[in-house]
Amino acid sequence: MKSLTKNDLTLLVAVAFLTLFAPFILNPFPEGSAMAQFNAGYPDLMQRFVIFGIFAIGFNILFGLTGYLSFGHAAFLGVGSYAAVWMFKLLSMNVIPAIILSVIVAGLFSLLIGFVSLRRSGIYFSILTLAFAQMMFALAYSVLTPITGGETGLQLALDDPRILGSSQTPEGNIPVPGLFGMEMRDSFDLELGSWVFTFNIGYYFCALVLIASFYLAIRIFRSPFGMMLRAVKSNQQRMNYTGLNTRPYTLAAFVISGMYAGLAGGLMASMDPLAGAERMQWTASGEVVLMTILGGAGTLIGPVLGAGFIKYFENIFSKINATILHEWFAFLPDGLEDFIVAILYPFIGKGWHLTLGILFMMVVIFLPGGLVEGGQRIRSWLQARKSKNGRPNGTTEPAE
Amino acid sequence: MDAIILQILNGLDKGSAYALIALGLTLIFGTLGVVNFAHGALFMIGAFCAVTLSRILTLSHTVIDETKTDFLGNPLKVDVPYVHDIFGIAAGNAIIDWAVPLAILFAIPVMILVGVVMERGLIKHFYKRPHADQILVTFGLAIVLQEVIKYFYGANPIPTPAPAAFKGSFDFGAAIGFDPNLIIYPYWRIIYFLFATLIIGGVFAFLQFTTFGMVVRAGMADRETVGLLGINIDKRFTIMFGIAAAVAGLAGVMYTPINSPNYHMGMDFLVLSFVVVVVGGMGSLPGAVLAGFLLGVLESFASMREVIDIIPGINQIIIYLVAIIILLTRPRGLMGRKGVMED
Repeated sequence: MKSLTKNDLTLLVAVAFLTLFAPFILNPFPEGSAMAQFNAGYPDLMQRFVIFGIFAIGFNILFGLTGYLSFGHAAFLGVGSYAAVWMFKLLSMNVIPAIILSVIVAGLFSLLIGFVSLRRSGIYFSILTLAFAQMMFALAYSVLTPITGGETGLQLALDDPRILGSSQTPEGNIPVPGLFGMEMRDSFDLELGSWVFTFNIGYYFCALVLIASFYLAIRIFRSPFGMMLRAVKSNQQRMNYTGLNTRPYTLAAFVISGMYAGLAGGLMASMDPLAGAERMQWTASGEVVLMTILGGAGTLIGPVLGAGFIKYFENIFSKINATILHEWFAFLPDGLEDFIVAILYPFIGKGWHLTLGILFMMVVIFLPGGLVEGGQRIRSWLQARKSKNGRPNGTTEPAE
Repeated sequence: MDAIILQILNGLDKGSAYALIALGLTLIFGTLGVVNFAHGALFMIGAFCAVTLSRILTLSHTVIDETKTDFLGNPLKVDVPYVHDIFGIAAGNAIIDWAVPLAILFAIPVMILVGVVMERGLIKHFYKRPHADQILVTFGLAIVLQEVIKYFYGANPIPTPAPAAFKGSFDFGAAIGFDPNLIIYPYWRIIYFLFATLIIGGVFAFLQFTTFGMVVRAGMADRETVGLLGINIDKRFTIMFGIAAAVAGLAGVMYTPINSPNYHMGMDFLVLSFVVVVVGGMGSLPGAVLAGFLLGVLESFASMREVIDIIPGINQIIIYLVAIIILLTRPRGLMGRKGVMED
């Protein structure tokens, strides 16, 4: 940790703070109040925040640093989930070996696919990764059904061997994933007045993994290796002219980001031990692209923000329905209320994808740096205003 | 032999759709240099033009029919489409029946308008930005268009039948000397294939034999010089964008009887069409058409039972497999021009 600069350390501490205290931060509204539906502090959603955060951090190492836009990254996440579930079926319900295997398997797949795809760049690279991912999706869905479970997905069964664990619990149920006796789904509730905060073991496990992955990402960003990747992004031709073969660097970045995706897939399977082919479809790959761009590609914190933002809106925004809108605007005169609700209605509930699409277009058009750039602009605007107020003639005018 | 002919025929109609979409994509890429991820959405909008027109034609008003009564003896209310009032019952029914072919006339102005608005309103601002930005913003636009259609038409596929005259199948085998009922082929698919060849031929003829097309081709080769000659090339390229949108839209209109349109049909076709464009060679119009038909036929061959028995699952992945092999061995694609997006 010593080698981190002050800024990076602040960032790491901020991320650690946000993830560790998420049950408090995401539950700002008391239980039973009208705003309680905006609470996101339930384990299922918090787990998804961090898991997709890890996925997006990994994607950003490839896209943000090297500029190679992969449209097939979800394939590695899917492969990771399958590997983890197989580990649960064959070895034991402990999550550690499952996650290790999912990272290794995803790494191997990304090594193979990256080796082939990185022979081309630009749109050709995008199409190649897309083609590979779609192939894996189609195969997992049809021919590989014995390995992947096909349409129903890969699930645990009572007669799985689980050589290091037990096939079934004494009560005759399928055991749940755990970490040395702690079950991932266990959680305990803390009631403070009318607030209820849920602390879930699975969430905290994911959160610790996220902090570790974030630290690793900082180290990669600040290393000579990261600098090399940025050089590839800014001018690959010049790198080649200096006699440097960029392929090993880009391949390493591809494999690292594939392993991050595998890690996310393994965690996903650890929280809920099943894996399906739809996780590998290209729309899922598109989602991680959306997250990274929305948050800010090439920045450290951006992908995490983007993942949290999209997952929050996916779950919370889509729950708002017309009745709730009517409640909100009840203070307006009737005609106006109906008018406003009618205008807003297409954008909420099932239509939240429309909002997401519009938002995404706005970000690409006006804020290519994503939410992070937006934050920076606001900050610099505030600073400029402050300095203007403090010293009216802050800038020195050149003499005429 | 009969099985092979059947598979070629089966591949042609899907290949026609691929070829039409890929042609539009290549037109846009070749003229404006923009990678348009929203092209699948244009295909879908075309299909929904057909749905819209058939809904407009069946708009009805209720009248009380004195001649018919229900079991209580009250006069029955019946819905009468407005077209019956205007054109009479027989002609009105014929018009409703022919809704899909009529939608071609309806779709052309709509699609050209959509294309021009899209180019002037959005794409114009992305000429100077990197290809990744173009992909991303058009991807966002595709999501928006898809969700708008979903909002108005719902998430379920909407069956839109072909005119009654084209229902049924043509015994192709008997016509060329095989046993009857060996090679039968729906009439509408023949129509679709003929329509696609007509459109493709039309676009090529337009580019080849008109002055407008000549200027556009010159602009594709060297935009700057054409601009310096005092020709407003931007305006012509905008029109070409409209034409490309219309081509995709018409492909969608005519595809509705084959597959009931739903809001995500565009995305399903988009991925494959991009693969087609890349296989054909970025920026090459004949390449896109050739690759479209080729991949359509290959796909249908791969779904033959004999082939699946040898290599299971090949029908699912053949297109991607071919794309990977072509990209790695012939990065320029089948007929790609030198220097177009080569890295």
